[in-house]
Amino acid sequence: MADPKPALESLPLKAHAASLNFHYGTFQALKKIDMPIYDKRVTALIGPSGCGKSTFLRCFNRMHDLYPGNRYEGEIRLHPDNVNLLDRAVDPIEVRMRLSMVFQKPNPFPKTIFENIAYGLRVRGLNKRAVLEEKVEEALRGAALWNEVKDRLHEQAFNLSGGQQQRLCIARALATEPEILLFDEPTSALDPIATASIEELIAELKQKVTILIVTHNMQQAARVSDFTAYMYLGELIEFGWTDDIFIKPKNPQTEAYITGRFG
Amino acid sequence: MALQTAAEIRALIARHKRWDVIFGVIGILCLSIGLLTFATLFVDMLIDGYARLRPEFFTEFPSRRAGQAGILSAWIGTIMVMLVTAAVAVPLGVAAGIYLEEYAPSNWMTHVIEINISNLAGVPSIVYGLLALGLFVYQFGLGQSVATAGLTLALLILPVVIVATREAIRAIPGAIREAAYALGATKWQVVQGHILPYSTGGILTGVIIGMARAIGETAPIITVGALTFIAFLPPSPIKAEPPFISFEWLMSPFTVMPIQIFNWTSRPDPAFQANAAAAGFILVFMTLAMNGLAIWLRYRIRRNIKW
Amino acid sequence: MSGTLITHIPQAMSPSESRLAHRASRHVKEKIIESILFLAALVSVFTTLGIVYILVSESVVFFRHVPVWDFLTDTQWTPLFDDAHFGIVVLLSGTLVSSGVALVVAIPLGTVIAIYLSEFAGPRIRETVKPMLELLSGVPTIVYGYFALLFVTPLLQKFLPELPGFNLLSAGIVMGIMIIPTVSSIAEDAMRAVPMSLREGAYAMGSTRFQTATRVVVPAAFSGIMAAYILGISRAVGETMILAVAAGMQPNLTWNPMEPAATITAFIVQVALGDLPHGSVGYQTIFAAGLTLMLMTLVFNILGYWLRTKYRERY
Repeated sequence: MADPKPALESLPLKAHAASLNFHYGTFQALKKIDMPIYDKRVTALIGPSGCGKSTFLRCFNRMHDLYPGNRYEGEIRLHPDNVNLLDRAVDPIEVRMRLSMVFQKPNPFPKTIFENIAYGLRVRGLNKRAVLEEKVEEALRGAALWNEVKDRLHEQAFNLSGGQQQRLCIARALATEPEILLFDEPTSALDPIATASIEELIAELKQKVTILIVTHNMQQAARVSDFTAYMYLGELIEFGWTDDIFIKPKNPQTEAYITGRFG
Repeated sequence: MALQTAAEIRALIARHKRWDVIFGVIGILCLSIGLLTFATLFVDMLIDGYARLRPEFFTEFPSRRAGQAGILSAWIGTIMVMLVTAAVAVPLGVAAGIYLEEYAPSNWMTHVIEINISNLAGVPSIVYGLLALGLFVYQFGLGQSVATAGLTLALLILPVVIVATREAIRAIPGAIREAAYALGATKWQVVQGHILPYSTGGILTGVIIGMARAIGETAPIITVGALTFIAFLPPSPIKAEPPFISFEWLMSPFTVMPIQIFNWTSRPDPAFQANAAAAGFILVFMTLAMNGLAIWLRYRIRRNIKW
Repeated sequence: MSGTLITHIPQAMSPSESRLAHRASRHVKEKIIESILFLAALVSVFTTLGIVYILVSESVVFFRHVPVWDFLTDTQWTPLFDDAHFGIVVLLSGTLVSSGVALVVAIPLGTVIAIYLSEFAGPRIRETVKPMLELLSGVPTIVYGYFALLFVTPLLQKFLPELPGFNLLSAGIVMGIMIIPTVSSIAEDAMRAVPMSLREGAYAMGSTRFQTATRVVVPAAFSGIMAAYILGISRAVGETMILAVAAGMQPNLTWNPMEPAATITAFIVQVALGDLPHGSVGYQTIFAAGLTLMLMTLVFNILGYWLRTKYRERY
């Protein structure tokens, strides 16, 4: 990225975390995290396994609410309406309708390709065939899968290859027009070719949607993201433009991880 | 928020969540129907049979007069049949379980045995009765005896014992086996010294559940030809003169608790039905106690063993 | 024991003779033990062979007297009369009607309980309720028979005054309750085998618990749930004592659950209670009836087994 970088203060925010703590029972997994998520940018979360990057990601759509004994403190605010996603008064279901997630392993539902994409829309009470067809096509085109599956929309999603399944899951997440797209190590179960196609897709998607991606693969972070956050032991060690983090990290811990001295 | 406004979404969620509540209520309702039926059954038998639950009920033979009838021959018969069943089913079932888990090669024969066991578990109990009638009663000439009934029930619960044994053995981690083999133990030494002792609890659980099932089985015993009216006891297994032990009881005619209940239930006279209720209560109590014991054992094993 | 065996082992003649001999004897002992265990495992196979042999050999004799065609198409079942008829349809109707009633009870209740325990209840409720349900299936069927005849039928008669004392309805209802644990536990196993990632996917789309359960978990566990139903049917078809006690033992070609009728199983009990001479046609009918029963449950069991392996393979 040779072009001059705009000042961070001038960039529009999509969300930000403010003194976020998270506990699994008695174990504190996230410690006082403050971090901005810029609008229509890709932000990558990196760090050694167990550093809390996935835990952080799953705070955004309140996935931790599914299991007993988890506790949030602090806030994640979504802009422009400035609502605190972690507020007890905010329904996690509402949060999940606004933010979509793509998981580590492709997890298509045991339904047809069409019904997989339409699922989120049906959950929202949209059942008109014409609307669904239009939205499904749009989402599949958005996930660069339309040409491969347009003639087999009513086949079982299980029959797709792993890479196709993951793109299907991306399409499923896109169909509901989310405000933020959360990726939790989306390529860790895929082969290099499928990985490349997903990365390409992410680069395209950021035109339309804000993306937060957890990855264990530093090259991937360098390739796809605008911003990178390095986390270690539940703390945010360093956050900045991706090329700054990779070329001239300020923190020696970050440098050690980036250069492969540990992790 | 291109699809819907926040207010619309909230209204939608509220509507959807109502179903969570409704289903939660329906779920509890369905559970209660099942459990309440059981409670009703238990209490109904207790009320109907309460007047008959006196010590003499256990020490009297069946009688033509309902008020004097008891279950002496029935409960003694049940114990004798259970003895035969346990003596046959436990060694056979445990041995088969050990073979399938520790010895069996992965070939078609093993596959046939495995499919066969899971199929046998689904064969209706009355079919076992027909097998016993054709094979044990007539071809083997065992007649309508304690031995026939015991063998029949043993075959019936064999799949239960085998499956429980296999599950108990499978729960033992491979590292334990490897540790024993590494010290130069033979297969049988590993089984005898490690596999069997560590899986005893689990096997026992399965045996108890199997016996609880056998004790209440009626249909195969009727088919085999248990008599419904027996006013005598099988010969005692212990004799006063040498050799002190006798196996005559094995070939004796007999009756068992479920048969006695069946007999009393089928009579139109309500006085006999009270007897049936009393005997039924005792039988349910026995199976409950056995199943409860098994569940408790299983719970303890799960809690205590942390591999 | 090593001493006696040395003579049988000619190659054990090296310097380490005794050690080799010891090893050989150990080997023999191990082989003997393995063979004994193998024979124990074979008992189950012989049981099946025995069942097939007895049922088929007696039925062959039976079908020499009664043409198979009559057996399948005759609409009367009077094997003990002078004018004997052997239409299995008569007994089959009782079996099917009572099983139908049982399924109407067990399938909805069992499914709801399974979904509730798998997707709604917390671990504590699940751990308390499941053993209680197990107890429900451990009650002897003769006791259920008593309950159907002397509690449920009088209760039903309050609402249906014309209901006879023996009827398929109350036997079927009680049988359904007895089968609930079978259906619910197998269906629940199937639902719990659905990977968490699928549930998370559904929740991440903003689904409620109910939507996740009905639109994702249940379809994903579909084959396992079907297996639960089929094994439930198999149990209902083979159930004996509840029907023998509460549904009467009169053969009756009917599709009305309000009537008394004998099932295949109840007929076998009825004949076994009597004094039919060994080898008579009446005696052989119960084997022909048993063969019919066995074939029916076999089909259900194989189907259920196949469906269960299918969902196990998928996840």
